[in-house]
Amino acid sequence: MISRREFLMAAVATGAIMGPGTAGRWTRAFAQQRLSEDALLEMQPVGNVTLVHITDIHAQLKPVYFREPSINLGVGEVAGLPPHVTGKDFLTLYDIEPGSPEAYALTSDDFTALARTYGRMGGMDRVATIIKRIRAERGDNMLLLDGGDTWQGSYTANKTLGADMVEVMNALRPDAMTGHWEFTYGTDRVNELVESLPFAFLGSNIYDAEWEEPAFEAMKTFERGGVKIAVIGQAFPYTPIANPRWMIPGWSFGIREEDIATHVEEARAGGADVVVLLSHNGFDVDRKLASRVDGIDVILTAHTHDALPEPVIVNDTLLIASGSNGKFVSRVDLDVRDGAVQGFGYRLIPVFSDVITPDAEMAALIDKVRAPYEAELARELATTDTLLFRRGNFNGTFDDLICQALLEEREADIALSPGFRWGTSLLPGDAITVEDLHNACAMTYPAAYRSTMSGQMLKDILEDVGDNLFNPDPYYQQGGDMVRVGGMGYAIDPNASMGSRISDMTLFKTGEAIEPGRDYTVSGWASVNEDTEGPAIWDVVEAWLAKNPVVTLEENRSVRVNA
Amino acid sequence: MKLTRRDALALGAGAAVFAVAGGRAGSAWAGLEDTEKAVMEFTGGATPASGRITLDAPEIAENGNTVPISVSVESPMTDDDYVASVLILAEGNPNPDVATLHFTPMSGAAEATTRMRLAKTQNVIAVAKMSDGSVFMDKKEVKVTIGGCGG
Repeated sequence: MISRREFLMAAVATGAIMGPGTAGRWTRAFAQQRLSEDALLEMQPVGNVTLVHITDIHAQLKPVYFREPSINLGVGEVAGLPPHVTGKDFLTLYDIEPGSPEAYALTSDDFTALARTYGRMGGMDRVATIIKRIRAERGDNMLLLDGGDTWQGSYTANKTLGADMVEVMNALRPDAMTGHWEFTYGTDRVNELVESLPFAFLGSNIYDAEWEEPAFEAMKTFERGGVKIAVIGQAFPYTPIANPRWMIPGWSFGIREEDIATHVEEARAGGADVVVLLSHNGFDVDRKLASRVDGIDVILTAHTHDALPEPVIVNDTLLIASGSNGKFVSRVDLDVRDGAVQGFGYRLIPVFSDVITPDAEMAALIDKVRAPYEAELARELATTDTLLFRRGNFNGTFDDLICQALLEEREADIALSPGFRWGTSLLPGDAITVEDLHNACAMTYPAAYRSTMSGQMLKDILEDVGDNLFNPDPYYQQGGDMVRVGGMGYAIDPNASMGSRISDMTLFKTGEAIEPGRDYTVSGWASVNEDTEGPAIWDVVEAWLAKNPVVTLEENRSVRVNA
Repeated sequence: MKLTRRDALALGAGAAVFAVAGGRAGSAWAGLEDTEKAVMEFTGGATPASGRITLDAPEIAENGNTVPISVSVESPMTDDDYVASVLILAEGNPNPDVATLHFTPMSGAAEATTRMRLAKTQNVIAVAKMSDGSVFMDKKEVKVTIGGCGG
């Protein structure tokens, strides 16, 4: 048994910007060293400027378990390319030892056993320690950039409408952020919070919906160590489609690639040595964008929750994928001379919560913002015998639980649970607390509806979401996973075209095919439609857990993937 | 300025002076074949080349009932060389004909922004006819989704 403070350490990727696309193996150089806080954070500095990136924290202030997906399919040109590589293939690609801390942090194999060995990851007090240390090393030559999905995803964030996260993040002193789930607090609250920020909230692609004029600051230029760095912000392009448009009726989004190209030109014309895109597009969208828009040095990607130990290089642009839920902090060192990036160093720092010392000041602040809710957060609802997690293209056990609760509590034939990529994991034997439940469903439109849908409507929904996930053109993807189903099964061919991916829809209750012309009782949650009625999803699940105090889930066999 | 029957609301066109042609009334048009026919009618039988005209539209519509699009055509807009008109079509609508924009050298620039209703996922097509009779086309697929499961 490896003691928690003797992990193998993660190494540094370094390389020239013009390199072949991979930048040295993550683990090889330091493979035999023991892991310690120093070993995790020590990095031979490169160049004169450092970007620190953290994203998709989803309001996780405390260390969590977060299981990465075992299925993350890519279609078309990106099939088999990172981040569409999982499990053993991922370990092989990046030369990572099975069972190592890196394997635990980045993949899903043996998750339960490795989680018991290596412990929880993340925690904003640990993140604070990392950021303070880099700041101490690099002085003023550092930018801290937050990729968004920061203010939503926990009980306390929901109760305080994002205020807890704003307070905690302000203490880290970011230089800029962009957003996605932030917008689900609605126009007024977003404006209120954004105006309160002591740093820039950037969104090149957010427009006034009526007048088609920019609604947010698009770009901010910083001078660090004599280097001019232009940071362009890009919010999630499909916020008003994937989330309720009625909450932000005055804002229009979209990819608006031509705007980014314009800002890059403006930045260069204004003397920028480095151009950074702080993006919430999702990895595949950014990969395509990098191939089409010249002149971006670094894209700090987000949204699709990918963690990659090395940058992907496209058209001389470094694409950085920093994971989610506070599991990782990215450090990008840039060697900038003669108005251009000459080389870089990269480190995806895994935030092992048992290795990295919590920053005392931040720990106290986190305790303070949680204090009013502490008793409720800790209230135990049930225990689970099954590993609970959400990530995966087609299903996750936490959604199996939610679907089961919807079927039984709402007396439905079929349950639907959205394919969100946030939501933390619980190990077999763990208690399910109010905090854990809310980590899987905290949001501002939680009504669990019960309605009648025809078989055709159900097919249309599955096809629609399937195309959002598997459209071969990344610009048409919305970045979530497949909607989860309960009470029914189906087959899917991800490579087929829109309208013909889904087949063999079956109602489990009867074992019969779902007929287009027949009506079915369906219960689901997180509808984007205004005036959706029903109890909050957490109340539905809590009621079900009261009747099922020990959760044991069977393996989900509802989706058959025909490749 | 309301464009009757087409749910298209012209928001502005720079300095352009343009008029919107009444499309063909009735429901004789439907689908791809009619779109092709409309293009051929507009071009006088010539197959449009690519280039010079740029159609901007969202990849995925936020609201299929009012999808913003804009077109711009590269042209010196002089008496000898200008954009005469631009035809905008929505291939998958029951009536694909959305608008015809007319320009003169006095327009200064051949640019226009409008909004249209899209019944379903489909191609939006813009065809420009130059003063010398040459024709250019741009096309963009706009997806109309149910929405709601991203994130």
